[in-house]
Amino acid sequence: MTDLSRRHFLRRGAALGASLGLGGCFDELADRDNPVRATLAGANDLTYAAQRALLDHDALAREYPASAIRQPMRPNGSTSPRDPDYLNHLVSGFETWRLPVSGLVDRPESFSLADLASMPARTQITRHDCVEGWSCIAQWTGVPLRLVLDRVGARPEARFVVFRCFDTMEWSPTGPVKYYESVDLWAARHPQTILAYGMNGGPLPVANGAPLRVRIELQLGYKMAKYLQAIDVTDTLEPYGLGEGGYWEDRGYEWYAGI
Amino acid sequence: MRNKASLTLDPRTPERIPPSPPDGRGRLVYRQSVWTRLTHWAWAVALFFLLLSGLQIFMARPDLYIGRQSGFDFDNAILSISAEVEDGALVGVTDVFGWRFETTGYLGVVDEGGVPAPKTFPGWMTIPSGRDLATGRVVHLFFAWVLLATLAVWLVASLANRHIRRDLALSRDELRRIPREVTSHARLSFRREPRYNPLQKLTYLAILFLVLPLMVLTGLTMSPGVNAWAPWMLDLFGGRQTARTLHFLLMLALLAFFVVHMFMVVFAGSVNEMRSMITGWFRADTEIPHD
Repeated sequence: MTDLSRRHFLRRGAALGASLGLGGCFDELADRDNPVRATLAGANDLTYAAQRALLDHDALAREYPASAIRQPMRPNGSTSPRDPDYLNHLVSGFETWRLPVSGLVDRPESFSLADLASMPARTQITRHDCVEGWSCIAQWTGVPLRLVLDRVGARPEARFVVFRCFDTMEWSPTGPVKYYESVDLWAARHPQTILAYGMNGGPLPVANGAPLRVRIELQLGYKMAKYLQAIDVTDTLEPYGLGEGGYWEDRGYEWYAGI
Repeated sequence: MRNKASLTLDPRTPERIPPSPPDGRGRLVYRQSVWTRLTHWAWAVALFFLLLSGLQIFMARPDLYIGRQSGFDFDNAILSISAEVEDGALVGVTDVFGWRFETTGYLGVVDEGGVPAPKTFPGWMTIPSGRDLATGRVVHLFFAWVLLATLAVWLVASLANRHIRRDLALSRDELRRIPREVTSHARLSFRREPRYNPLQKLTYLAILFLVLPLMVLTGLTMSPGVNAWAPWMLDLFGGRQTARTLHFLLMLALLAFFVVHMFMVVFAGSVNEMRSMITGWFRADTEIPHD
């Protein structure tokens, strides 16, 4: 190599190194109100539209054989809520716990665990995919959410199902910020979307959301709210939290978590 | 109309080749069509953001596994980047196939404002520089669409203007020349031919028809929605976690390509190469074959 081309190469290399260090130049994107970020986040609408267009409503998440359950289900997020109303239910074995399902429905109803257990059950061995990147396979038993929605008579103008939870994630000046989540009615009525009260052959453990959590198998883990307190059928997400449709969505995560 | 459209897409019509300049520097050849140039720079931008936001996403779970799930009660990890405390000091540790490397300063424990901090990658390697999975995903999934759209545009244009058949496909003769090309490249001797040489063709074919499509497919295999639409992808790659591992390895392959690509640009004449990728015009040493 000639001296000239070597110097040229080194200069180019230095410029390249500097350009690789541009990481910090894009930190404004971390600002949740940044308009460029909002534009980039628009790709989630495209993903949502594409998946809704391509997926048949009876397309199922893969179900695995029992031999695929090789470890306890890894709990994530809240694992032992300290909220007094939750602890009262926990010590009494969820005897008086009721799940009110209301909003845009013809026959609002509150379900006890026994009510839900008396309805047709679905058991599925599925893979839980966390937004962080890990996966864990477990067996889930519960009542299909669509049976519950049919029983209360969800109205045609309903667009979303909101899951309100017991667990406090943080405190704000106006009080506790509780976990919540929401999905569209397509996901809510999917055959594998169940309100699960059983896991790996036993009752749902506290760490995994006792007494009841939702399984939404075509989306990521953060959609599958635990410690359910109430279900609302609604046509708007605005009154909930910061209005983005979920605790993590309010903090910058995508509402549609099918990817 | 259709014939006319494909004619205008074909850049190397005889009248676009000017005569040799008198100074004997070789003649200018119109080498890169506007489609090749546009898609090239779209990829450059998209892959830059995909790399740095992808590393951000990886920081949320800096482990790679083989199989359907992540082993918490069993060990199926092939790579783990972590921080450990040794004698009261933070030590960055990278575990690859059971081999343990101390990587303090680069991986696992990095400098954060002069203080060693437990973090997978230094700030300059990720977008944003701090830990922020949500923003990493927003950036990554946007540019994933850009990458996919660019691949589609390139494929349609390159079929229409015969870029693939004319410039990338290898003739039998070129395949025979490969060993000779390898030795001449190893001696860092490069000729400025108007056309891609066989090794260049092989590399571009591998990137465009193997690495980038596999990158898209392994990425899609991580989507629970896509899994329900195309469960065969899970079988093709041996499970979601293997797909995630392959996605990472393909990133390393692209990075290796990028390094060699830059090296070749510099050694083959950076001004000439850059001009051809910006304006389309390339100065060749040799005569243009009349075919």
